[in-house]
Amino acid sequence: MDFVSGLRCRECGRTYPAEALHVCDFCFGPLEVTYDYERVAATISRERIESGPRSIWRYADLLPVRDAAPVDLGAGFTPLVRADRLAAELGLGELWIKDDTANPTGSFKDRVVSVALTKARQLGFKVAACASTGNLANSVAAHAARAGMDSVVLIPHDLEKAKVTMTSVYGGRVFAVQGSYDDVNRLCAELTSEQPEWAFVNVNVRTYYAEGSKTLAFEVAEQLGWQAPDHVVVPIGSGSQLTKVAKGFAELYTVGLLDEEPSVRVSGAQAAGCSPVATAFAEGTDVIRPVKPDTIAKSLAIGNPADGWYALDTIRRSGGACAAVTDAEVLDGIRLLARTEGIFAETAGGVTIATLAKLAAEGVIRSDERVVAMITGHGLKTVEALADVVGPTATIAPTLDSFAEAMAADAASTLRSSL
Amino acid sequence: MIKVRIPAQLRTLTGGVGEVPMEGATVGEVLKGLDAAHAGFAERIFDADGGLRRFVNVFLDEEDVRFLDGLGTPVTDGQTLSIVPAVAGG
Repeated sequence: MDFVSGLRCRECGRTYPAEALHVCDFCFGPLEVTYDYERVAATISRERIESGPRSIWRYADLLPVRDAAPVDLGAGFTPLVRADRLAAELGLGELWIKDDTANPTGSFKDRVVSVALTKARQLGFKVAACASTGNLANSVAAHAARAGMDSVVLIPHDLEKAKVTMTSVYGGRVFAVQGSYDDVNRLCAELTSEQPEWAFVNVNVRTYYAEGSKTLAFEVAEQLGWQAPDHVVVPIGSGSQLTKVAKGFAELYTVGLLDEEPSVRVSGAQAAGCSPVATAFAEGTDVIRPVKPDTIAKSLAIGNPADGWYALDTIRRSGGACAAVTDAEVLDGIRLLARTEGIFAETAGGVTIATLAKLAAEGVIRSDERVVAMITGHGLKTVEALADVVGPTATIAPTLDSFAEAMAADAASTLRSSL
Repeated sequence: MIKVRIPAQLRTLTGGVGEVPMEGATVGEVLKGLDAAHAGFAERIFDADGGLRRFVNVFLDEEDVRFLDGLGTPVTDGQTLSIVPAVAGG
């Protein structure tokens, strides 16, 4: 048995049973899973979690579905890496990287999809579907294959090649839509009304799906020895992940797994070419104005973010900040993380690192804080973005002379660039 | 004639029908006409100030009316107006 008590509208408070519902029938507000925290607290313990599987399912007591055999490729329990060299470059103190590139399909989406499809299967769905900027497409196609479900994935037509291949290989249906992600999203929102027998993970089962992101916070706290960090930096696409990370830390305290009430500053990272939340934050308004995205960070290119308002609210209430960085800064961020810590992130990770650097330089993120940056997707997914900025040191003939000549030339150029 | 597409959440108001023909010169007029024909639409899609609720998106053909003139956007015969829940994606 799970500990879900039902669904509740975040806007008007109306309650619903735990079925395939994602918006309030009355006001269209998002539905949120509610739990019987007293029962969770009576059951859950650090020891119970630590003896569980090395995946998100060790936190099943705080997830919206329980299943003896979940739809699972091993999502979660990814490394939390102490990043001293990166911290030194940025003038920070204790810095950690949550390395979600290590998930089965290379992004944090495996967390949410494993939860969504496990719930969808229990609800009787046979088809898994989604609107995706790529990472979700990869994960839905893979998990559907794993579960023996059919899949229907809709993506913008201009995605990175690796993301298209990593989706198509699993044998499901993949539709490349001539439009932006927001166009794809609208199409899927409309399709949900016409194909109610399909589980669109980020539409009609989004309420459950989104809860999977809480496991990022659960893992960070457990990996820090059951302590919350002081500050987390989270990339913003729809804004869902950011709000769920905050919810995750709060829940751990609610059910008695943290000794002290966490006070985690949550900061958001966006690309300048798609920054509706950062813009609202900077302008001090509550209104998220939709934008037409133009950025290499395609996985974050959501111009009309569903949870933008809640992300903004979470950031402000936590004392965090939200910033936007240029595409050039994104590429610098990717290379900085790779060079200092040996972690290759996709463009969204570059957004996170560049925002971390920016907020550190501005003094918003302080050197006396324990900071965690969420790196949510693998660099192999977006290699095109780096085509013009990284490559071989030299192309040489297979001879000792050629090698020596190239080494000397490189040493000279390295010397020049360091002067 | 403007074709209005109704999401599943609002089809209880139209007797289960997903598409309703309407007349009107602007997006706002069409939506108000919809409420006159099928009582209950207004309180579901408009907020207290008469604007669109935060979590309701309205598209004129492919374009979000928030990128146009909102409820004042003119509509012409043969266009499709879609009411779509905003909470999706990501």
